Amino acid sequence: MAQYETVIGLEVHVELATKTKIFCGCSTEFGGAPNTHTCPVCTGMPGSLPVLNKQVVEYAMAVGLATNCTITQYCKFDRKNYFYPDNPQNYQISQLYLPICRNGKVEISTGNGKKFVGIHEIHMEEDAGKLIHDEWEDCSLVDYNRSGVPLIEIVSEPDMRSAEEVIAYLEKLRLIIQYLGASDCKLNEGSMRADVNLSVREAGAEAFGTRTEMKNLNSFKAIARAIENERERQIELIEEGKSVEQETRRWDDNKEYSYAMRSKEDAKDYRYFPEPDLVPILISDQWIEQVRNSQPEFRDEKMERYTREYHIPEYDADIITSSKKLADLFEESVALGGNAKKVSNYLMGETMRLLKEHEMEPEDIRFSPENLTRLIGLIDAGTINSSVAKEVFEKIFLEDINPESYVEEQGLKMNNDEDGLRSVIEDVIAGNPQSVEDFHNGKEKAMGFLVGQTMKATGGKANPGIINKILKELLNK
Amino acid sequence: MEHIISDETIDYVGILAKLELSPQEKEQAKKDMGSMLDYIDKLNELDTEGVEPMSHVFSSTNVFREDIVTNGDEHEKILANAPAVKDGSFKVPKTVR
Amino acid sequence: MSLMSLTAVELGKKIKAHEVSVLDAVTEAIAAIEEKDDTFGCFVTVTKEQALERAKTVQQRIDEGKLTGPLAGVPVAIKDNLCTEGILTTCSSKILENFVPVYTAEAVAKLEEAGAIILGKTNMDEFAMGSTTETSAFGVTRNPHNPQHVPGGSSGGSCAAVAAGECSCALGSDTGGSIRQPSSFCGVTGIKPTYGTVSRYGLIAYGSSLDQIGPVAKDVTDCAVILEIIAGHDSKDSTSISRESYDFTSALVDDVKGMRIGLPRDYFSEGLDEEVKTAVYKAAEMLREKGAIVEEFELGLVDYAIPAYYVIASAEASSNLERFDGVKYGYRAKESEGLHNMYKVTRSEGFGPEVKRRIMLGSFVLSSGYYDAYYLKALRTKALIKKEFDKAFKTYDVILGPTAPTTAPKLGESLSDPLKMYLGDIYTISVNLAGLPGISLPCGKDSKGLPIGLQMIGDCFKENNIIRAAYAYECSRKEQEG
Repeated sequence: MAQYETVIGLEVHVELATKTKIFCGCSTEFGGAPNTHTCPVCTGMPGSLPVLNKQVVEYAMAVGLATNCTITQYCKFDRKNYFYPDNPQNYQISQLYLPICRNGKVEISTGNGKKFVGIHEIHMEEDAGKLIHDEWEDCSLVDYNRSGVPLIEIVSEPDMRSAEEVIAYLEKLRLIIQYLGASDCKLNEGSMRADVNLSVREAGAEAFGTRTEMKNLNSFKAIARAIENERERQIELIEEGKSVEQETRRWDDNKEYSYAMRSKEDAKDYRYFPEPDLVPILISDQWIEQVRNSQPEFRDEKMERYTREYHIPEYDADIITSSKKLADLFEESVALGGNAKKVSNYLMGETMRLLKEHEMEPEDIRFSPENLTRLIGLIDAGTINSSVAKEVFEKIFLEDINPESYVEEQGLKMNNDEDGLRSVIEDVIAGNPQSVEDFHNGKEKAMGFLVGQTMKATGGKANPGIINKILKELLNK
Repeated sequence: MEHIISDETIDYVGILAKLELSPQEKEQAKKDMGSMLDYIDKLNELDTEGVEPMSHVFSSTNVFREDIVTNGDEHEKILANAPAVKDGSFKVPKTVR
Repeated sequence: MSLMSLTAVELGKKIKAHEVSVLDAVTEAIAAIEEKDDTFGCFVTVTKEQALERAKTVQQRIDEGKLTGPLAGVPVAIKDNLCTEGILTTCSSKILENFVPVYTAEAVAKLEEAGAIILGKTNMDEFAMGSTTETSAFGVTRNPHNPQHVPGGSSGGSCAAVAAGECSCALGSDTGGSIRQPSSFCGVTGIKPTYGTVSRYGLIAYGSSLDQIGPVAKDVTDCAVILEIIAGHDSKDSTSISRESYDFTSALVDDVKGMRIGLPRDYFSEGLDEEVKTAVYKAAEMLREKGAIVEEFELGLVDYAIPAYYVIASAEASSNLERFDGVKYGYRAKESEGLHNMYKVTRSEGFGPEVKRRIMLGSFVLSSGYYDAYYLKALRTKALIKKEFDKAFKTYDVILGPTAPTTAPKLGESLSDPLKMYLGDIYTISVNLAGLPGISLPCGKDSKGLPIGLQMIGDCFKENNIIRAAYAYECSRKEQEG
């Protein structure tokens, strides 16, 4: 069998973090009962007209600048015409002829080293509504709450050659956009969506093969699986002497299988023309500079600053800056008075453990820096011991409770009462003669057992330092 | 007539425009479109080389809204004209194949 | 004397002076509609109850001194492509036969704020596509000067209602002549303002880059007054222009001394009815006598406006009308199989032949492989036409000519040959392509007793030039008629 090379380009849709929709003053808030975030504009009522949200242009420019694009200083919107019920006007306002950003690139690194992935263009457009299939009545229900939510579509060049490169590119984009605050980029909630254009060609060939477009990829894992599957499917076709059809396919991640989305009603002839209801956008040099100057600190600068300013190890800085959410939590907690190293330890240790346990992304973190800082304060003050702290943190992680009142209510304060502990320990010693004997026979482990028994007897709240001190004293009598 | 519109063209445009024409309407549409296109061909007499297409008459640019929520929940109004509604949503024939 | 024979401004004055009540005016208008509209068919919907109710509140506000404008208490009619909250708005199409908007068009809201009282919604060519008001799904409108003839279109209902005295004045919309041509046929006055002067918010779009809302009234003064009320920058319409001035009534001056008026030779050539030609030349002569400098000139590209228009307007219409699909509002086919069939059956049953014709043409010219040859070519032609006007307005303040090549044709004569019907818009269409303001006002009648319209075209934002010239002409004509 011949050697094949996979050629991949990505179309990434990102929902922008504006408060309102792209062309009307409806909220973009996620959730809400169906059609409660709608108005005549985003439901395509006759006579309604779009007015562009300025923040959308600024976010799009910011992403363009951060990905080394050239800003199209005279740009326009176009209409893309196609009938589908999630698209209330049956045309989508998008950009074809003069997209806002062009000719960019980002650097990715994989096991094979570093390389650039070119960005063909970034354009602004409106999102569609949501369709729910109603099994009972065998009909579909349309909710326009998402209709008109601003999107940017980032179209890469066909520069990627493997799933690993695709994931690296997506992670890079995601980090840049999150750092800009332009989107939370959650694949599972659909605020970042990637369509994969893939073709294969014999290694060394100049010409590209026929490509397919894969949709419905909701996680990095699904993307990797779909790429592998599609690569194999295309190679198989070629090996059998058949040809690859240029088509759009839908990935079913449960069945690990894709199928062609074909219909005779899908003419794929979008009849683009300049949107007459919107005027062109003229972007001055000054405006570009303004957006450039208001760009936040990106990852590399942050890492450098964390090690310099907060004296945390580079390893810690690397992990914390791998997510905007973690970096924000870190900085906010430190600003609230939390010790940098201790905050870092909590983020790297317990937080990461719990994220993994609950199959969450750092962006899903809901707890506040205030409560984390309070917890560290409680530990520092000796109000709770470390095992209680771990338990309390889990509560913070899940419910963002206030640790101070929680510790108070649950009576979890550390027991520093020496006289009280002494009598508990005396009982423990009396009740475990075998362990006492083992200790005297030089078995250090016995000491640990006795500490554990004391902890148990005090509901885990005893000050371990005091237990140790008294135990040693009594055993060595 | 210069422009002979084929059945395929009319069917194709019908798919794009979501119009289903009766055989009689189709014949009429072929004729009408053909004669309109013949007439529109008059534009080819004009030399428009180098002329910038004018989509907007005036050169006004940069009309924006600020990113401020101005609309509340008006779903009852929005759904008031819908031919079919269920669970606060517009009801349509099923979309998945 | 009937209150409906007064101009809107005259009636407004009487109401303000408490010579007549608002209720008198509204009652009389409703009575006129009830008496005449079976014959003329100007209205799709008459909002009798709401109008009588509103007459009381408006009267109260006038009495309290809160409403002092010239149109306070004046009964008006609204073209049925302008959204009116709680009032059926059909665009004279079956596909919107049951559509009740949840908001009011900006221009209508402004009229209501000024105290005008809506009598109802007027008939039109379906989705404003047509020149006769015969393409309405709800029956034809007849010309009040002779019911065997069409009122013109697409704002035929509004113009006929004003002519028949079924309202004091009305709003229309004009995409290729839809205010001016029916004004001409019905012997009333109508203005198509500079693009962007009146907000399009709430106007159900036909050709978005060409559509403008404007007044239809009994004389130039009424038109200027109404325009002053409905014009204004609107942040809800991105193509709304922020103008330096929205004062149109100060142009109501009977003085054209030194005004330069150009008559395009191509507007008086082949195809123009002799009687119309004579009347328009006579009007030009009257202005010359008043001290205007009147001369003929070459306006280029006159013959290219119609083909360019039909490409652009049909393309935009094909897209604008995609939203009528039976999902969110309006008609949905009773029987269909699956989603795409529902779309097709709904639209095929919901739209009439002329609308379908333009949707098909528009979809075709935008389709893959034809966009450059048709759509871009038309946009380039539009640029050249605009340039021709720019050149003309370096020399002239006003371009004068006929509004339409003929007077109103008989009912049923036009639709069989669409292309011929389209050619009737030859003098009005280029005005929309170039975004210019234009006015049509009566300048006599032909031997059949049908009104002849005079069109004046101004440069962008120079409504006041055409208002002044039209007002001066109107004064002379009134004098002459005694």
